[in-house]
Amino acid sequence: MSISERHIPDRLKSPLETRLKSWESLLLLVAVAIFVLNSFASPYFLNAWNLSDATFNFTEKAMIAFAMALLIVSGEIDLSVAAIIALASTAMGAAAQVGMGPVPLTLIGLGVGLACGAFNGALVTGLGLPSIVVTIGTMSLFRGISYIVLGDGAYGGYPAGFAVFGQGYVWWVITWEMVFFTVLAVGFGVLLHKTNFGRAVYAIGNNPTAAMFSGIRVGRVKFILFLLTGLMSGVAAICLTSRLGSTRPSIAFGMELEVVTMVVLGGVSILGGSGTIPGVVIAAFVMGLVTFGLGLLNVPGIVMSILIGCLLIGVIALPRLWSKWRA
Amino acid sequence: MSDPEILALEGVSKLFPGVRALSDVTLRLFAGQVTALIGENGAGKSTLVKILTGIYQPDGGRILLDGAEVHFPTAQHAAAAGITAIHQETVLFDDLSVAENIFLGHAPRTRFGLIDTAAMMERSGAILRDIGATFDPGLKLHDLGIAKKHLVAIARALSVDARVVVMDEPTAALSHKEITELYDLVDQLKAQGKAILFISHKFDEIFRIADRYTVFRDGQFVGEGAMDDVDQGALVQMMVGRPVDQIFPKRERLAGTEVLRVAGYDHPTEFADINFALHRGEILGFYGLVGAGRSEFMQALFGITKPSKGAVRIDGKVRVLRSPAEAVAAGIVYVPEDRGAQGTIRALPIFQNVTLPSLHVTSHNGFLRLAEEFRLARQYTERLDLRAASLDQAVGNLSGGNQQKVVIAKWLATRPKVIILDEPTKGIDIGSKAAVHEFMAELAAEGLAVIMVSSEIPEILGMSDRVIVMREGRIVAELDGDGLTPETLVRHAAGIGEDP
Repeated sequence: MSISERHIPDRLKSPLETRLKSWESLLLLVAVAIFVLNSFASPYFLNAWNLSDATFNFTEKAMIAFAMALLIVSGEIDLSVAAIIALASTAMGAAAQVGMGPVPLTLIGLGVGLACGAFNGALVTGLGLPSIVVTIGTMSLFRGISYIVLGDGAYGGYPAGFAVFGQGYVWWVITWEMVFFTVLAVGFGVLLHKTNFGRAVYAIGNNPTAAMFSGIRVGRVKFILFLLTGLMSGVAAICLTSRLGSTRPSIAFGMELEVVTMVVLGGVSILGGSGTIPGVVIAAFVMGLVTFGLGLLNVPGIVMSILIGCLLIGVIALPRLWSKWRA
Repeated sequence: MSDPEILALEGVSKLFPGVRALSDVTLRLFAGQVTALIGENGAGKSTLVKILTGIYQPDGGRILLDGAEVHFPTAQHAAAAGITAIHQETVLFDDLSVAENIFLGHAPRTRFGLIDTAAMMERSGAILRDIGATFDPGLKLHDLGIAKKHLVAIARALSVDARVVVMDEPTAALSHKEITELYDLVDQLKAQGKAILFISHKFDEIFRIADRYTVFRDGQFVGEGAMDDVDQGALVQMMVGRPVDQIFPKRERLAGTEVLRVAGYDHPTEFADINFALHRGEILGFYGLVGAGRSEFMQALFGITKPSKGAVRIDGKVRVLRSPAEAVAAGIVYVPEDRGAQGTIRALPIFQNVTLPSLHVTSHNGFLRLAEEFRLARQYTERLDLRAASLDQAVGNLSGGNQQKVVIAKWLATRPKVIILDEPTKGIDIGSKAAVHEFMAELAAEGLAVIMVSSEIPEILGMSDRVIVMREGRIVAELDGDGLTPETLVRHAAGIGEDP
């Protein structure tokens, strides 16, 4: 038999070289540049307390973005995340009205998130419906329920202990939300990059048929991803409700697009199959720094979203233009 | 040669980053003649077709049409010059009608500039009749089988007034009868004075159909001449640069214990009443025409589609196979015919493709261990003599034969009991083909039970201990020993009576 002693190397390029040439490195440079620009533009920027406040611009969105990143890598999407926040927040508000304490409120928030995620996941994986359509539908459904319950009104009167999630500090300028953000970033990073589950997510996103033909339980993996995205929306709902101290049905309106923007800016392909959690983390900082810097310069919110949109298109288009120009 | 030269390539080169795909090659095509382009996968045949059809631009050399130098900056320019190609994997549109597919981009117009549907249907019908196709041009493409789709692709190529027809493995997806019809069609085209470039891996059809040959090896021109002046051995030697005997590996037939028994497998539409047993160390061939239900049955056995009834026993134990995951766990693995869509994940590196179904072995408590993955991937890819730059190279960059090796390595790493190979050597070059055959023999000798679905009679005869013939979803014959001849196979597959 022809057994040759041909040796195939594991890698040609070193992992370090691959990393230096990656999207994440480019994005990190952008983040540093914005940081430096901001510190020149406003004397109030380099202030520990101001910077700490600025993290609220992205921590809640980023928590959802981590789970959303996995979902988009797998080739699906969930546009109902902001509506899940509204529904979870409404449920917590209603529970607070009958005098429930912080622990049951938290469990309700997480439970509603999980239930909404399970509902999305069942429709997509059970019935084989396209997730973009399903979650546009459930987006109206979940927020619609909030509007029916609350109408023009609002829930307030959350118990004092509940404020810790969105308003509490662990130490000096370090908020609880920053701690959640960090823990979740590490958790989702490990899940996507270091586990069998994460490998399955990449396989499914690149070729769901071949993944299924390789013995991967595609439906189950996708269902879990919808559950996780729902759960993270629940966590974000707890933080946001706690920070605002009240619930209106319009809470977190339009946040789903900012979450998707963050994920795509982080280098996750909207077509599925590629992207990293470190990329999303850096993208969260970039978006947070831009909003904060522009806020210090008194730029109105609508101009800010125009600029974020331009940033997204610019950062996505630049590498492509660059390679075209070189060719 | 009295026929005029229509198209010539002189000293054409094409560079890709890090690869010299074509280097100073020559090709000549004559009116009314079929020129076979022969070479292993990676010899530069596909690159050449893309240059001819304006998809790639050559980095050097000249293209001469009727003796005058031409340039094809786009595919439209090549089409306008009368060069048309029928590709291995043709790009057609499932939701359009047959006629719309044939005339897409050059549909006949009414005087208001709108598409003249009546004229389009009529002309499509005429072209289809010319090539012996009997179906209605108004049908939607997704209602046709793969072989008929191929006829549509051919009709499309003929709908433009072509002078040069490039056929890139046109018979790869066709059944025996359709291949014969294709040969007639090629003869017609020859009679019309068209120059034909015919690319194929099958020697019998090259000898049947071609007038001349051109051989490429590793992107270089090796030789050309008239088919009458060469034999198969000489061509193979030119292709691979060394003599290759096309003999299948010799094996001892093992009488192992029964490992798989399928009883009464039924499917509402695709197959019915499938019963057979498979033994350790055995290679069981499944022969039949395209559409006989072989692949459909295999996919049911692998848990992809659900049978309406029937039972599977593995090592005597009844197993329910509702998903590929369950089939793999039970020891059945499947190497699909469609490597690109079902076998490999092209963007992922080789080692990740190989370890995908074995992650529970290489990982620890659900956490990846890359060193273990590389070790497992190396063990099996080196055993299969994979040609790759590195194990973290994307599978999509490998040649067809090497992609197939990755799929086989992936399954061997799971240590299966039964391996199903669906058209394992379709569209791969002769060197890789021999390697796959040798490897199948080796696996059987180690006690693995092998099911091989194949439409190539030499392969079925050369490799199988026993052959099951299917027709229209049913097993119509089980042949071995002296009963196993090309004639009996074809007869049972086509449903022809015993007496000629």
